Amino acid sequence: MNFSSLLIIVIIVLGGAYFLGRNRARAISNQGVRMHSLPDHYGTLMALWTGVPALILLLTWHLLEGPVINHLLVAQLPAAIQQADSSTIQLTISKVYNLASASGIAADPSLLPAVEHLTALNERTLILNSGIALSLCLVCFVITFRRIKPELRARSEMERIVNLLLLSSSGIAVLTTVGILASVMFEAWMFFQQVNPLEFLFGTTWSPQVALRADQSGSSGSFGAVPLFAGTLLISSIAMIIAVPVGLMAAIYLSEYASSNVRKYAKPALEVLAGIPTVVYGFFAALTVAPFIRALGTDLGLEVSSESALAAGLVMGVMIIPFVSSLSDDVINAVPQSLRDGSFGLGATKNETIRQVVIPAALPGIVGAVMLAVSRAIGETMIVAMAAGLAANLTANPLDSVTTVTVQIVTLLVGDQEFDSPKTLAAFALGLVLFLATLILNFVAIKIVQKYREQYD
Amino acid sequence: MTDIKKNDSHEKKSNTSTESNTMTTTQLTTREKVELSLGRRRAAETRFRLYGMASVFFGMLCLVVLFTDIASKGTGAFKQTSLTTEIVLDSDYLNLNKESTIDEIRFANFDGLIKRHFAKMLKPKGRSAKRELFKLISPGASWQLQELLLANPDAIDTSVSIELLMDDDVDQWFKHDRELAEGHMNDRLSDQQLVWLNSWIEEGKLDTHFNTLFFTNGDSREPELAGIHGAIKGTLLTLMVTLILSFPIGVAAAIYLEEFAPRNRMTEIVEININNLAAVPSIIFGLLGMAIFINIFGVSRSTPLLGGLVLTLMTLPTIIISARAAIKSVPPSIREAAYGLGASKNQVVFHHVLPLAMPGMLTGTILGMAQALGETAPLLMIGMVAFVVDVPGFINDPSTVLPVQIFLWSDSPERAFLERTSGAILVLLSFLVVMNTTAVILRRRLERRW
Repeated sequence: MNFSSLLIIVIIVLGGAYFLGRNRARAISNQGVRMHSLPDHYGTLMALWTGVPALILLLTWHLLEGPVINHLLVAQLPAAIQQADSSTIQLTISKVYNLASASGIAADPSLLPAVEHLTALNERTLILNSGIALSLCLVCFVITFRRIKPELRARSEMERIVNLLLLSSSGIAVLTTVGILASVMFEAWMFFQQVNPLEFLFGTTWSPQVALRADQSGSSGSFGAVPLFAGTLLISSIAMIIAVPVGLMAAIYLSEYASSNVRKYAKPALEVLAGIPTVVYGFFAALTVAPFIRALGTDLGLEVSSESALAAGLVMGVMIIPFVSSLSDDVINAVPQSLRDGSFGLGATKNETIRQVVIPAALPGIVGAVMLAVSRAIGETMIVAMAAGLAANLTANPLDSVTTVTVQIVTLLVGDQEFDSPKTLAAFALGLVLFLATLILNFVAIKIVQKYREQYD
Repeated sequence: MTDIKKNDSHEKKSNTSTESNTMTTTQLTTREKVELSLGRRRAAETRFRLYGMASVFFGMLCLVVLFTDIASKGTGAFKQTSLTTEIVLDSDYLNLNKESTIDEIRFANFDGLIKRHFAKMLKPKGRSAKRELFKLISPGASWQLQELLLANPDAIDTSVSIELLMDDDVDQWFKHDRELAEGHMNDRLSDQQLVWLNSWIEEGKLDTHFNTLFFTNGDSREPELAGIHGAIKGTLLTLMVTLILSFPIGVAAAIYLEEFAPRNRMTEIVEININNLAAVPSIIFGLLGMAIFINIFGVSRSTPLLGGLVLTLMTLPTIIISARAAIKSVPPSIREAAYGLGASKNQVVFHHVLPLAMPGMLTGTILGMAQALGETAPLLMIGMVAFVVDVPGFINDPSTVLPVQIFLWSDSPERAFLERTSGAILVLLSFLVVMNTTAVILRRRLERRW
């Protein structure tokens, strides 16, 4: 009996509890006693009390089981391995798991106690787990069943439990943020134990390759992230140079000039651009735009890298156009008509009204929209991972190849990782910088946009 | 009329230009000044309008270029070149008979049989010529013969007509380069190989068929055998996990925040938090998945379960925000009517507000799922980039998803993989079109205007 079948059993018991509770309540009320709540409420209360504690227990057990068993296993390993570094221990433990699941393979005799221990542990935890979960189910069931009486305020009790469940659902969003901060900060802190934070923030050489063995010659790793920040800024700036004017003008045209018919079709069509997966843009940038720019540059006698920042930036700009345009569209529409009418009354043309009245009035909102777009651009991964390079050049030349924070996170973490090498941990430090930067941009932008919206309500 | 006036004022201007500035202002009335500037202002107006039109046009143009580029590259992926040939399933050579077991058939030397067949047919001279000839046939051809025999063991020792898969170089040449002038041709095929191929074309043996393997196979190193079935299955499993987790949690959170939460500092923090999470870069969620789900909870890497968990956290804010908007749009009169009939707060919410808000919530959920469908970056971090040949069976099998498959293939140097990447993109985009259209239709048909 494994986890999923246990889950199914608990759910079946939960359903049964509902019907039993409801029938009992019905039986009581059929005797002519006036109940506090409807039979349904008693049934639901039964189901909640029977199911929820057991489900919570099952889930926490399932999540914590792996680490606890690992911890117990390490104690069974030969002393030599216990003293070794964490990656050797990890490797041995996965060996033990394989041996335990596929019996009959000739094993290293020193691992046998651990294998036997694991098999025994697995059996024991399963019995324990199902025993505890099912008896919890049963105990709660019996207690609640005995409580079904006319004076039990089943509805209010049920509603309290439901509200608690609703509350904890909304808590998951907060937990996510806490989880992001905790995980990223913990690993980043480990990184800064090994690398000076000042060197990380202000160093200008980025070459994260670390010698694998002590006797190996070659690079010892250098973690100056300035080239990455510069590359990110370069590509984002190119993207914003495309996206802000085009997006803003498109929003102005669609909200102020276009007939409702044009608006009806053009607006969703532009928004399709935002719905295209970024991997598709990345493919387009790497295989169509980059070769085109390179060919164009060569014709003009310029030296263009095949992974130029320009190609990635241009495509990213196109991706962000609908983002800027739909947000600005909202804020432009929020400017009250009376301001426009006043301006027309003074004899201004439409374009003067827009430039001198509507845009200044909508400016805070537009700034907020642009900030959200910037945060989107610096966090964008797939386009740059596919179209921008890996070389950490510190340059402002858009025809050169640059790399970005997100590209480096992906390259450092895809494939095998060791969680004690600065190379892997560096990705989390970069993640922390990225998270904080976007968080600040988003926070300020959302505040501005909200404040602006309220102004004219 | 205005033209004459303009000329007049121009003359006046030129006449008075020699005099002092004060004289100019006194001689021009405000009306004249306005009329003087009208031409410039109208031109500015037209220009401004043109900029706007150009911006919208630019956006559309990008969309059209993107789609035509990918469609022109990708439609070839749905066709595959094959060679129709008669081949004798020689029982002596294969060491099989009608009673052979499945295992015996699986290990029989079909590859050798095919080589012998073509060597007999075209009589290549020397080792290198033989090697060139065998290169034209896909390694998948022997698998085709094996499948044929498995389906019909009686076919042994008979001559069967079969459409053998051709190698990806032949496929590309036949589909794209054949009509090109000499010199522009793909140099991956030698002159001798082209002679054989042209003779097959003259005999009408070489032809393209609908590429069913593209939809039924998992990933492969051979482009002509690589398919998206595994990736699609992985995507569906991942989205299933995401939907099962994110819809109930998202709706519950929205109900709490909109209907039950007290208006205080705590609720405000939760709200700001959700809005911020919606704009956090997706790659950060990959870091979270790695550090928490893999390292602490020990969820196994590369599985749809893990992918679904990460995507759940990523789509939750989107779903919560749209569900809240849907709840908000239910007019207060509905609530008041229910209260008036003696319903409790929970009854009002669950019996009246929730059913009325459901279409809006479903629309938001579909859009959130569409976003999750196209997401790649966080899944790269949690190991869904592994080369997985097998089609995943359930949520704890290693698998990949469609966008990641696209990313993997786009790195391959073979031209045939380029075509397949575009083909996979077309499939992905059609999924997205279906989901978004469903959302729009749902909104049109079910959403009520109050």
